[in-house]
Amino acid sequence: MPEMLDIIDMNWVAQGIRLSVPLIFAALGGLLSERAGVINIALEGKMLFGAFAGVAVTWWTGTNVVGLIAALAVGAGIGWVHAWFSITVRSDQIVSATAINLFALGVTAALIPAIWEGGRANTPTVERFRRFEVPLLSDLPQIGTVFSRLSWFDYTALVLAPLVWLVLWRSPFGLRLRACGESPEAAASVGVNVIRTRYTAVMLAGVFAAMGGVYLSLVQNGLFQRGITNGRGFLALAAMIFGKWRPIPVLGACLLFGMADAYQLRAQSKSDLPVELFQALPYVVGLITLVFVGRAVAPAAIGRAYVKD
Amino acid sequence: MTDADNSPGPHGPRTSTDPEPPGTPRHKTTAELQRTLESAGSAVARAAAVDLAQGVGRAAFIFATTVAAALVLAAPLTIAAGSDPLTAYTALYEGSLGGQRPVAETLVSMTPLLFGGLAVAVAFQAGLFNIGVEGQLVAGGIAAGVVGIKMTTWAPVHVILALLAGAAAGALWALVPAALKAWRGVHEVITTIMMNFVAFSVSQFLVKPGGALEGEIPTGTEPVQATAELPRIWEPTRLHLGIVVAVIVAGACWYFIYRTPGGYRFRLVGANPVAARFNGISSSRVIVEAMMLSGALGGLTGAVEVLGTHRRFLDSFSPGYGFDSIAVALLGALHPVGVAAASFFFGLLRAGSTQLQLEAGITRDMITVISGLVVACVAARLLLSRRAARSRGGAD
Repeated sequence: MPEMLDIIDMNWVAQGIRLSVPLIFAALGGLLSERAGVINIALEGKMLFGAFAGVAVTWWTGTNVVGLIAALAVGAGIGWVHAWFSITVRSDQIVSATAINLFALGVTAALIPAIWEGGRANTPTVERFRRFEVPLLSDLPQIGTVFSRLSWFDYTALVLAPLVWLVLWRSPFGLRLRACGESPEAAASVGVNVIRTRYTAVMLAGVFAAMGGVYLSLVQNGLFQRGITNGRGFLALAAMIFGKWRPIPVLGACLLFGMADAYQLRAQSKSDLPVELFQALPYVVGLITLVFVGRAVAPAAIGRAYVKD
Repeated sequence: MTDADNSPGPHGPRTSTDPEPPGTPRHKTTAELQRTLESAGSAVARAAAVDLAQGVGRAAFIFATTVAAALVLAAPLTIAAGSDPLTAYTALYEGSLGGQRPVAETLVSMTPLLFGGLAVAVAFQAGLFNIGVEGQLVAGGIAAGVVGIKMTTWAPVHVILALLAGAAAGALWALVPAALKAWRGVHEVITTIMMNFVAFSVSQFLVKPGGALEGEIPTGTEPVQATAELPRIWEPTRLHLGIVVAVIVAGACWYFIYRTPGGYRFRLVGANPVAARFNGISSSRVIVEAMMLSGALGGLTGAVEVLGTHRRFLDSFSPGYGFDSIAVALLGALHPVGVAAASFFFGLLRAGSTQLQLEAGITRDMITVISGLVVACVAARLLLSRRAARSRGGAD
C-alpha cells in the first residue's frame, strides 16, 4: 500500500481544508441555532439557496462580490422564514425544516431551465473567487504549499470557529443565546428577549449556511448544479454533533470529514479501487464517528418552542 | 371530554344491571325499559357515527385545502418557468387522468408512493422521522432484483420471496440509524439521510460496467425472471399487481397501528415518551422496531418498482419517491387512509409531469417544490388552528 500513503502530503492538507470549509460554515451556523434552542435540519436547503443566489446574481451583475452579498441576504431571508415557522408558528421544527429542504431542492433545480434556456441541470459558469498566495508564508518549505492554495473564504472559515466560541462563551449576547437553548423560561425571567434572541440565531445560521453554499458554487465550481450540496448540510450536522455543539471540536470534526473526502478523491486517481464506493467515504466516516461520540448531549431546550406567558 | 355522556365510554352502553338514574319512574315495565335502552344504544351509535363523519370530514377538508394551497402557491413558479398556470394545470390533468394510459400511469406512480408514505407514517407514529426512504428503497430494490434474477422457483413463491428480500434489506438499512438513535441519541434525520448516500454509492458500484450485477443495458441489471415479476393487471398499460399489494399493506398498517398492542406502544412512545417509560415501555426497543418496520416498508417501495414496473434493477430508478413520501405521509395526517389519498395526489403529479414538461416546459423538479409547499402548509396549519381556537375564546 505505499501509493496509499503517497497521498498524504501538503496538497492533501490544502484540499482537505477546502473540502471542509462548506461544512465549517454550515456546522457553525447550525451550532448557533441549536445553542439557542432551535433544531436546524434546514442547513442543506439554506446552503442550496445560498449557492444558487450567489451564481444567479453574479451572472446578472457580472460581479461575484455582489453575488456573495445577495447570497448572504437570501440566507438571512430563508433563516427568517425558518425562524418564523419554528419560533412564531411553533410548528414541529423538523417538519418545517424538511419543508425548506424540499422546497430549496425543487426550486433551485426548477429555476435553472427557467432562467437559462434549455433543459440543463447546471448554470453557465461565472466568475469565481480565486485562491491566492499569502506573501512570505507561501515561500515556506512544505507548509508553504498550503498557503498558496487557499482563498480568503478558507481563512475566514478557520477564524470563524474561535470567533464563534468567543462570542458564545465570552460575551453577554452569547450567554443570553445559550440560556435560550438551555432554559428559555429562566432566560426570560431575567429579562432576556427569548423570541428575538432565537430569531437572531436562526437568521445568523441562515447567513452562515448560505456562505457554505456560496463556497460550493462561487469558489469550488464557478457554477450551480442541481442538488450541488449533495448532503453536506447533513454532514455538517453530523460534525456539529460529533463536536458536541462546541465550536473548536466542531471545526476539528469538519476538518476530519474534509480530509477523508480529500483522501478518497486523491485515492481514486492513484489506485484502481472502486470510485463509487470511495464516494461514500465521508458519509461512512460521519456515521462511524457518531458511533463513538458517546451519548450526544444536546442543549436542554432544543426543539422546544417557547411560549411567552 | 364534554360529550362523554353520549360517546361509547370504556364501559360501553348501559346494561340492565346498571342502577337506574335518579328520578326514573319506578313503575316502568320491562318492555319499556328495553325500549329506553335500545334508543339510548342507538343514540350512542349515532353519536359515534357523527363523530366519525365529522372527523373524516375535517380531515378531508384539511387535505383539500392543503393541496389547493400548495397548487396555488406553485402557480407563480409556472409563470417563472415561462408558462402559465392554466396551461400547466391542463397538461397535468391530461397527463394523469385523461385516458386509460394516464390513469394507469397515475396508479403506477401511486404504488411506490403509498408504500413510502406508509414507511414515513409508521415511523412518525412512534415519533421518528425517517427521511431515508430513498436509500431504503434502493437497498430493497437491489435485494429484490438479486433474488428475482438469481433464484429459480415457482411463480408465486418467487415473487413473494423477492418482495420479502426487499423488505428485509430495507429493514437492515434502517437498522443503522435505529441503533444510533436508540443507543447514542443521534437524531435519525441526520443518519437516515447519510445512509441514503451510502445506498446510492453501493447501487452505482453494483451496476457499473464490470460491476457484480452488470446487465446488457448501461446502469441496469439483467431482467428478473418471469416467475419473479409482479403480473400486469390492466393490459396494455404498465399497471401491475403492486397497487393491490400496496392497498393490502395499507390495511395491515392501519390494523397494526390502531388495533394491536404493538401499534399502541408505537403511538404512546410517539405521543409521550415519558408516559411510555412510566408504563414500562422500553423506548429503545420501540425505536428499533418502528425504524425497522419503516425500513421494511421502504424496502418494499423499491422491490415493487423493480419487480412490477421496471422488471430489473436500475441505478437511480426512483425519481425521488422516497422524498415525496415525506409529503405523502404528512399530507395524509399519518393515517393509512389519508396516506392512500395523498399518494394518489402525488401519483397524479408524477404521471402528469411528463405532459407538464412537454406542453408547459416545466421540469419534474416542480413536484419537489410542491412537496415542499405541502409540508410547509402542514407545518403552518398549527398557526391557523391556534388562531381559530383563540377567536373561539379557547386557550392556546
